[in-house]
Amino acid sequence: MPKDHGIGASSKRREDVRFLSGRGYYTDDSALAGQTYAVMVRSNVAHGRIKSINTANAAKMPGVLAIFTGEDFKDVGGNPAGWLINSRDGTPMREPKRPVLAHGKVRHVGDAYAAVIAETYNQAKDAAQQLADDSEIEELPAIVDMKKAVADASNRVHDEIPDNLCFDWGWIEDNRAAVNAAFEKAPHITTLELVNNRLVPNAMEPRSSIGEYYPGTGDYKLTTTSQNPHLTRLLVGAFVLGIPENKLTVVAPDVGGGFGSKIYHYGEEAVVLAAAKKLARPVRWTAERTESFLSDAHGRDHVTRIELASTKDGEILAIRTETLANVGAYLSNFSTATPTFLHGTLMAGPYKVPHVYVNVKTVFTNTAPVDAYRGAGRPEATFSLERIIDKMCRELNLDPFEVRRKNLIQPDQFPYTTPVGLVYDTGNYQATLDKLIDLADVAGFDKRAAASKAKGKLRGMGLSTWIEACGIAPSNLVGVLGSRVGLYDAATVRVNATGTISVMTGAHSHGQGHETVFAQVVAEKLGIAESQIEIVHGDTSKIPFGMGSYGSRSLAVCGSAMSKAVDKIIAKGKKIAAHMLEASENDIVFADGKFSVAGTDKAKTFGEIAFSAYVPHNYPLETLEPGLEETAFYDPANFTYPAGAYLCEVEVDPETGKVDIASFTCADDFGNVMNPMIVEGQVHGGVGQGIGQALLENTTYDENGQLLTASYMDYAMPRADDVPFYTVDHSCITPCTHNPLGVKGCGEAGAIGSPPAVVNAVIDALHRGGMTHVKHIDMPVSPSRVWQAING
Amino acid sequence: MHNFDFVKPSTIADAVKALSAEGAQALSGGQTLTPTMKQRLAAPATLVSLTGIAEMKGVCMGADGLSIGAATTHATVAKEAAAHYPALAALAGGIGDPAVRNRGTIGGSLANNDPAACYPAGTLGSGATIVTNRRKIAADDYFQGMFTTALEEGEIITGVTFPVPQKAAYVKFNQPASRFALTAVFVAKFADGVRVAVTGASNDGVFRWTEAEKALSANFAASSVAGLTVSPDGMIGDLHGTPAYRANLVKVLTKRAVEAAH
Ligand SMILES: Cc1cc2nc3c(=O)[nH]c(=O)nc-3n(C[C@H](O)[C@H](O)[C@H](O)COP(=O)(O)OP(=O)(O)OC[C@H]3O[C@@H](n4cnc5c(N)ncnc54)[C@H](O)[C@@H]3O)c2cc1C
Repeated sequence: MPKDHGIGASSKRREDVRFLSGRGYYTDDSALAGQTYAVMVRSNVAHGRIKSINTANAAKMPGVLAIFTGEDFKDVGGNPAGWLINSRDGTPMREPKRPVLAHGKVRHVGDAYAAVIAETYNQAKDAAQQLADDSEIEELPAIVDMKKAVADASNRVHDEIPDNLCFDWGWIEDNRAAVNAAFEKAPHITTLELVNNRLVPNAMEPRSSIGEYYPGTGDYKLTTTSQNPHLTRLLVGAFVLGIPENKLTVVAPDVGGGFGSKIYHYGEEAVVLAAAKKLARPVRWTAERTESFLSDAHGRDHVTRIELASTKDGEILAIRTETLANVGAYLSNFSTATPTFLHGTLMAGPYKVPHVYVNVKTVFTNTAPVDAYRGAGRPEATFSLERIIDKMCRELNLDPFEVRRKNLIQPDQFPYTTPVGLVYDTGNYQATLDKLIDLADVAGFDKRAAASKAKGKLRGMGLSTWIEACGIAPSNLVGVLGSRVGLYDAATVRVNATGTISVMTGAHSHGQGHETVFAQVVAEKLGIAESQIEIVHGDTSKIPFGMGSYGSRSLAVCGSAMSKAVDKIIAKGKKIAAHMLEASENDIVFADGKFSVAGTDKAKTFGEIAFSAYVPHNYPLETLEPGLEETAFYDPANFTYPAGAYLCEVEVDPETGKVDIASFTCADDFGNVMNPMIVEGQVHGGVGQGIGQALLENTTYDENGQLLTASYMDYAMPRADDVPFYTVDHSCITPCTHNPLGVKGCGEAGAIGSPPAVVNAVIDALHRGGMTHVKHIDMPVSPSRVWQAING
Repeated sequence: MHNFDFVKPSTIADAVKALSAEGAQALSGGQTLTPTMKQRLAAPATLVSLTGIAEMKGVCMGADGLSIGAATTHATVAKEAAAHYPALAALAGGIGDPAVRNRGTIGGSLANNDPAACYPAGTLGSGATIVTNRRKIAADDYFQGMFTTALEEGEIITGVTFPVPQKAAYVKFNQPASRFALTAVFVAKFADGVRVAVTGASNDGVFRWTEAEKALSANFAASSVAGLTVSPDGMIGDLHGTPAYRANLVKVLTKRAVEAAH
């Protein structure tokens, strides 16, 4: 029988009660006495020199309280990149200052160069329009295409950076010669140029921030849409505005999705805090949808040439890639780590590849900043790898299942050291592949293909065997690699006098379901009801210093901290119990919510121990502090390595080029599973986003740097009828060897493994239909692109 | 959005009077106009709602065909026209999403004449008559290019009358993002000939594919269009499809509409 509570139960998501009944509390729901409204004045040219901003007319308009321009922030700090990456020649990356408001130049459409604060939103809008009309911005040629950006040194996004290059990174540079040598003598080389399309994150809730300032104490409060309030506090406080951390509280209440885009600190957060101080009134700002399109950090945007050296029977000998990665106009906080350490280190995939070399050039362009988006670097690596393996199979006429099986790391080879710097602790990639072949009924494909053909459709199937590195990250390792922060997390477990529990987590939940899952873990460990446990997150004045949620790290890192804190609670409980039961501490065992003396029926319940800790009448006060509250920090020993195998079947309409996903099957190894229903939901969401990337989402800037897809009229998000009913399995489990719960993380998997499965399936369908001239179609594989490829 | 005044008359005469004021604009379902106002691309001083006028609402079968009041929502047409003119009802039922269908109206759609909208194809393909507060306009004279119609200043559509064909079908290929028509074709077979109207494809808005009409009038079978070619000249080229792609869709969808017609 399935469990009905604790670890492994599909406990219902308790947060959904408020989300689904309209009782969530989001930043924009705050109503504050004396509140004022900020509207950003954004550039409508991609690249321009600010000649003058005349604020006089706007300042006189009804309700206008204050106007800020880049000039007002020129002496405060820049919004920094979180990782310092060195180029192949050892020189550090070029790191232009990212100002609160654009100063001197505007560098992308939507770049905010001024802000207007007024009594009402409409008054602020009116004045912002006036200010835009009164600003003289000399338009410069836009730098949009990455290849041109690097080639044309005369036109620069940042005047001090001659070739628009942030860095030229080699991974691992010392292996370059050996990799090239392997290619020299390879029996077969497969080559593919591909684009990993730029994506707009499109969280359901747009970014929103409210600044408050209390003149009496000099305290600030920022309520904001953040995935990691402590990181935001560090960035906007310590780095940008110089507000001491003890004077700034950052609250991220309910947040309606982030997918990475709300990890980062954005200039609007600094504007509302500075304005709140100036006016001594709350200042609020919420993005309109088009502002989100223009100014949220986008994802992906790689152009890659990948080569694969193999034997004639498909044994992979070496892999070599050259990538241009777009960072946009400014370096967003994780933008330099995403195309490097989250991408290059995964380029061996789940395979035994002796030689790998990855080269990444990151390029500044006059487009919105690009940063981590669900999967972050790993989808780019997986897509390149799984597409080229598929192409190799076609060139050598080999079976894609057998080729993968042949190259997968064997279960007895763990821990496995890859040539790109990772040590995979555990896995069983054959098991997930076998499971997939069974679940997806690969044997029955021909019959389904015949049925499709009878309807005039071409059916194809596409495989992807993927791996990712999650649970970021060991601080000492990332420190060596260039991270400017540690990547531990923290949790406090506060047992209240009556035995209820509040758990304060550094991880932030913005849709993932932490409030449910974390409570399940604590309930299991303490043998008490889930309903006794409350998960508190998102407020720096309540929670310990944690690094937040991204990179599928919440359970693996923060959950581990929480687990350690619960262990400390149990250890202290044993001391209290030993005293109360007049036994030796070593004889106390804790199980099923009871502390008992081994071999006897003498016991105290968890509730009795909690009560005694706060009403310490019969308590070892000479040796033990009263109270029952423990904090633990956890710094992971390694990344975790979720892995799996995905199979997509498509039907292609050869007359219109339309692709329909006929089925999508996932066999994943996420290590131990705390809540199967939530894990399944995470996979559904991730695969949905992957299908969106593969078939629909097409962020397009024209040559002048105008975003052509700045609304849902032209930016296609996946909808319910674009995705199939998924078959999802996570029964192949190899528990993570180095964290207490044995968990690996599941949040990004779907978005990482699915795009190549979809594109491989489309190419397969076309080949089966006789259109063997089609070698590749760039994402999104839209109807018109497929038709073009067929008829091209 | 800028501030505006709002009036909701209950007769056509009062609506016409209200619309004669400086800066007044008709508001029907608001599914096109309100988003435009929110983006500050339109700023009417007064909105004159047409949805409180009983004589502009409803679906009614009469001697001239099926009459639909201009302020009738897509959802109502989808439901109430189904028994009389299933292809038209299906067209209405495929517009936007439930929210759009429950507010958007046939009059608003025809007044707007978006080059990718559905009703223009159904109206031109049926050879319908647009009835205004001043006159009756044949569909062939009404549509005059993207977002352009025969409507004059102060003229409002009050209803549309559709002759009901023997067989008809509307086949729409969705633009992946907006789900308006990337290209869509309405085919209607009448006793005296076939009409084929295409939306979403041309830079000139909805148009009749007369060669296909001729071929299908001779023989109403998908094979009749197989030998025809559609020129990409004048077709829309954008992110979602080239002119050549749209030209292909015109032919493929016409064929499919003939097959689907009932
Ligand atoms: C998300 C979304 C999806 C959509 N998808 C589709 C689709 O798939 N296919 C499709 O065809 N349409 C689609 N639409 C458009 C929808 O059908 C609109 O309802 C329609 O185009 C306008 O009708 P309305 O009643 O909302 O007009 P309104 O927005 O009220 O008015 C539109 C214009 O017409 C004028 N007007 C309104 N009524 C009259 C009248 N009786 N006489 C003269 N002028 C008048 C107004 O002044 C205004 O200029 C979509 C809209 C949205 C928001």
